[in-house]
Amino acid sequence: MNAPPKKPSREFLKPPVTEVGVLGWLHSNLFNTWYNSLLTVVVLLMLWQLVPPLFGWAFVDSVWNSPAEACRDIEGACWSVIPQNISFIVFGFFPDGHQWRPGIAMLLLLGLVIFSKDSRHWKKSLAVYWLVGLVTMGILMYGGLFGLLVVDTDQWSGLPLTFMLALFGMVAGYPLGVLLALGRRSRMPAIKTLCVVYIEMIRGVPLISLLFMSSVMFPLFLPEGVTFDKVLRAQVAIILFTAAYIAEVVRGGLQAMPRGQFEAAESLGLNYNQTMRLIILPQALKIVIPPSLGILLSTFKDTSLVVIIALYDVLKTTKVTLSNPKWTGFSTEAYIFLAVFYFICCYAMSNYSRKLEKALHTGR
Amino acid sequence: MNDAENRTAAAPSVRPIIEVNSMHKWYGDFHVLSDINLQVHLKERIVICGPSGSGKSTLIRCINRLEEHQRGQIIVNGTELTNDIKNIEKVRTEVGMVFQHFNLFPHLSILENLTLGPIWVRKTPKKEAEEMAMTYLEKVHIAEQALKFPGQLSGGQQQRVAIARSLCMKPKVMLFDEPTSALDPEMIKEVLDVMIDLAREGMTMLVVTHEMGFAKSVADRVMFMDYGEIVEQNTPQEFFDNPQHERTKLFLSQIL
Repeated sequence: MNAPPKKPSREFLKPPVTEVGVLGWLHSNLFNTWYNSLLTVVVLLMLWQLVPPLFGWAFVDSVWNSPAEACRDIEGACWSVIPQNISFIVFGFFPDGHQWRPGIAMLLLLGLVIFSKDSRHWKKSLAVYWLVGLVTMGILMYGGLFGLLVVDTDQWSGLPLTFMLALFGMVAGYPLGVLLALGRRSRMPAIKTLCVVYIEMIRGVPLISLLFMSSVMFPLFLPEGVTFDKVLRAQVAIILFTAAYIAEVVRGGLQAMPRGQFEAAESLGLNYNQTMRLIILPQALKIVIPPSLGILLSTFKDTSLVVIIALYDVLKTTKVTLSNPKWTGFSTEAYIFLAVFYFICCYAMSNYSRKLEKALHTGR
Repeated sequence: MNDAENRTAAAPSVRPIIEVNSMHKWYGDFHVLSDINLQVHLKERIVICGPSGSGKSTLIRCINRLEEHQRGQIIVNGTELTNDIKNIEKVRTEVGMVFQHFNLFPHLSILENLTLGPIWVRKTPKKEAEEMAMTYLEKVHIAEQALKFPGQLSGGQQQRVAIARSLCMKPKVMLFDEPTSALDPEMIKEVLDVMIDLAREGMTMLVVTHEMGFAKSVADRVMFMDYGEIVEQNTPQEFFDNPQHERTKLFLSQIL
């Protein structure tokens, strides 16, 4: 096999120039039929009409960091609405002069999330880091220790609130959902019925009504004097809601597992817990990464619904900014900013899930 | 049935490792297994054959309780398999099972497939389990694939890994459920060779197979099942040269 392959007697011709390279690509992708050619031309014309003015509005005629007055007599975008109000948009009603606390808490959270992405760090020590991190974040947010001013959860708002509701919603909702999925497949009728009723009930109502119930109805049932924190109640509602949806997705994954996997595990003498933990769940959860991600993304975005029970997440703080007479009329810019923020977060999650899927692929 | 009784009477008087007494099984209304009586002694090698749907797989699946029987008795290694059995895992650790479709765990490497049982069930230290796994992988001639994943191996290789995986639990009995039926012809031999080695080393084996060559060369006893009952059992020589029942004769004429 070391000898160079013999040159064949026939000549290898180059393909026609219209089939390869840029021309070939254009031909096969944009102009391969008459209607595709028509579509291409129409789309190009539309882009020609739309893109330059949009670009001019957003980048050329715009102001980026000026007082509100300067925005009144320009043609372009007034991005100043963001930097001029950034501390309220991000931190909301957190007391002035203490906003470094949620700031550090968020950086800590971001650091932990980035650290946890790497599968090499998935050890017992990771749980310890998270515990330490969460306690630190709690102290930073609530205060009361080390001479920090106590900041009640009523004043937690903006980005920290959004991140908190989303992160705990996902991190607590997911395992709860897995347990519910296992419960729904249980052979014990009581457990099975309980899980089915729970899942169907939660899936049968909108998140908004759950939030309402948690904030308005739930306190009515409590004895006088007993109160639960409002943020906590919203958080629980989000967790319960996410869990019900995750449960059904995970159940789908469990049903996709071939019977042989259960039998092979059982015939080795593994018990139910070991079979699930070591054999079935790792495979089933891998199968359902894409739909699970969809639910987790919804959870993240749905946190903005907490406005209806008067919690100020980042969407609401932005709205409040816009209700300031100085800044009314610049909602387009503000909402574009928010859209970009939500997109970046969701895209990062989506990207990570794709990488995870690839890393877990073992060739079958 | 006379043959069977004669043979069990002639068997050594120690307690059989597997004992099945007038066992019946139904799938709904369907009577899959009828009045099964079977005794397997240590180091015995039994081949079960018969047309498809005759209940051979169901029988060996009942022995490690992947299926439940409804009447009669199954005693494995001194433990009777009953509905309220608490330590079924304990019974299963003594009974290795090899499946038609291998059923390796695709998310674990070959080595992890082998060490899983010893580490989690037998509580063997990881290092020791890995060393043992490597010896068994060498025995099935596949040690160089230890770090690959099942999806990267051929069918024959996967089945040999599956055999090694069962052996790692150091079972007293090995059950084979049509181990070569899902394999391409050129891979059947490599799996049979491993099974023959195992038989020569004195492993107690119960093999459901259509490989009559294997039955002839290693079995102590060949059993023929049809319509959920054991029609005939005998030494391979008698079984093949001098079948007693019409159904056996018909089956052998079709398969040989």
